[in-house]
Amino acid sequence: MSAAWALFRRDVLLSVRIGGGFGLGIGFFVLVAVLLPLGVGRDLVLLERLAPGLIWLGAALAALLSLDHLFQADLEDGALDQFFLSQTPIEALLLAKVAAHWATTGLPLVFAAPVLALLLNLEAGNWPALMASLAVGTPALSLIGGAAAALTAGLRRGGMLLSLLTLPLYVPTLIFGAAAAAGGIAAPELLLLGGVSLVALVVAPVAAALALRLYVS
Amino acid sequence: MDGLFQFGEYAGYVWSAYGISLLGLAVLTAVSWRAYAAAKRRAGSLGDGNCS
Amino acid sequence: MFGYANPERFWRLSSLLMPWVWGATAILFAIGLYAALVASPDDYQQGATVRIMYVHVPAMWMSLGAYAFIAVASFVSLIWRHVLADVAAKAAAPIGATFTALGLLTGSIWGKPMWGAWWAWDARLTSVLVLFFLYLGYMAMWAAIEDRTRAARAAAILALVGAINLPIIRFSVEWWNTLHQGASVLRAGGSALHASFLYPLLIMGLAYLFLFGALLLVRIRTEILSQRVLADQRRRAANEQLTSPIESEA
Repeated sequence: MSAAWALFRRDVLLSVRIGGGFGLGIGFFVLVAVLLPLGVGRDLVLLERLAPGLIWLGAALAALLSLDHLFQADLEDGALDQFFLSQTPIEALLLAKVAAHWATTGLPLVFAAPVLALLLNLEAGNWPALMASLAVGTPALSLIGGAAAALTAGLRRGGMLLSLLTLPLYVPTLIFGAAAAAGGIAAPELLLLGGVSLVALVVAPVAAALALRLYVS
Repeated sequence: MDGLFQFGEYAGYVWSAYGISLLGLAVLTAVSWRAYAAAKRRAGSLGDGNCS
Repeated sequence: MFGYANPERFWRLSSLLMPWVWGATAILFAIGLYAALVASPDDYQQGATVRIMYVHVPAMWMSLGAYAFIAVASFVSLIWRHVLADVAAKAAAPIGATFTALGLLTGSIWGKPMWGAWWAWDARLTSVLVLFFLYLGYMAMWAAIEDRTRAARAAAILALVGAINLPIIRFSVEWWNTLHQGASVLRAGGSALHASFLYPLLIMGLAYLFLFGALLLVRIRTEILSQRVLADQRRRAANEQLTSPIESEA
């Protein structure tokens, strides 16, 4: 599995140093929470009600922003072909790439969330639930988005198609995520969210591998 | 014909629903047939008599 | 292996079937529309708007049915490489998308007198709205890739991923709806459908089903013809390259 680990490290380093993943996701995330009151008004009660859903929406969009070039570079310089020739199963390598994506977009959001919650008047008692929901659900965003990115890899203007493909697929994650964030740490939605992530964990790498095969041979 | 189609206050809704449905299906049918006719013409001009 | 894998056989079979399927569709619609607009009584609670059910529910049935068809065809296409499978899936998509759109529109029209709003985020309609986006994505996938074989495979993978997600999406939307105490469900006359409402509904349902089949036959034939044209064009281009005195191979 060292090839997968090496790939994970490479992607994380690339993302942090060259950008496009790390800063972009967090920046967008924070922007959403800052712009909302400007759009909707100062009503603190309203903001508190909107907070879980909005934070989750921000997480989904932040994930989407950086999915575009998940496979772009590897496709262009031929690294993708090497993945298929490697001894490590392609699904493991793809999982490493998705994990790197999550580490640089989803995971930071978990820790950035309390800041947003503060801005949106979400009381501190709710923060564990919020962070737990993001921790459990953002992997699903990266996995599902990764599969969609594999399908649109190498397409011109693939970004638009990517958004169209991911929108319906993100619905369960968004619904359960926002409900878990609002419902408290023992909410059943958290378990359902975990279920969605697990299903994504199994299905997404397989679908992505199938899709990427198209661009190799 | 007086008692028929007495939909009362809901007449607008019922007719709109049926109108949209039939229009939509008619358009779909027309588009499909026209594409078929065009494809037939193009295939016919190639001179391959494989299909009836 | 498969009887209709050879397009020639499918072509002959569909030529035979077409007039009958279209004829049956026309008859079913004639009977169905009469049953829906004339013979059917009004509902005790909903009045005449219950008649909207006869165009709304069949559209919803076919919207789901068409997607199931696409999912099965995609599965066959990926596993068995059946020649007609991806053609059938591609042909069915615009039909399914139209039914979905009609289901959404009629659902909205039905909802206005019932709920007082054109769109009240009812669980069923919301799931179908998401399904509509799945259809759009599927059709966009076919359009985005130029190479036909690749497009077919990518679309097939997408269709299957969508199919796996569909029950999850449906479940999550239902869950979401109960969380937020949504408006009452779109239903006529209580939990069981009385016979006088059931018969027009079934006839219209059959009419929509036959229309799906009829349109599918036309669209598959169109697709087969276009592929024949494409294959012929490629053959000619290749022949020209061989006989041309300029560089023989690129």
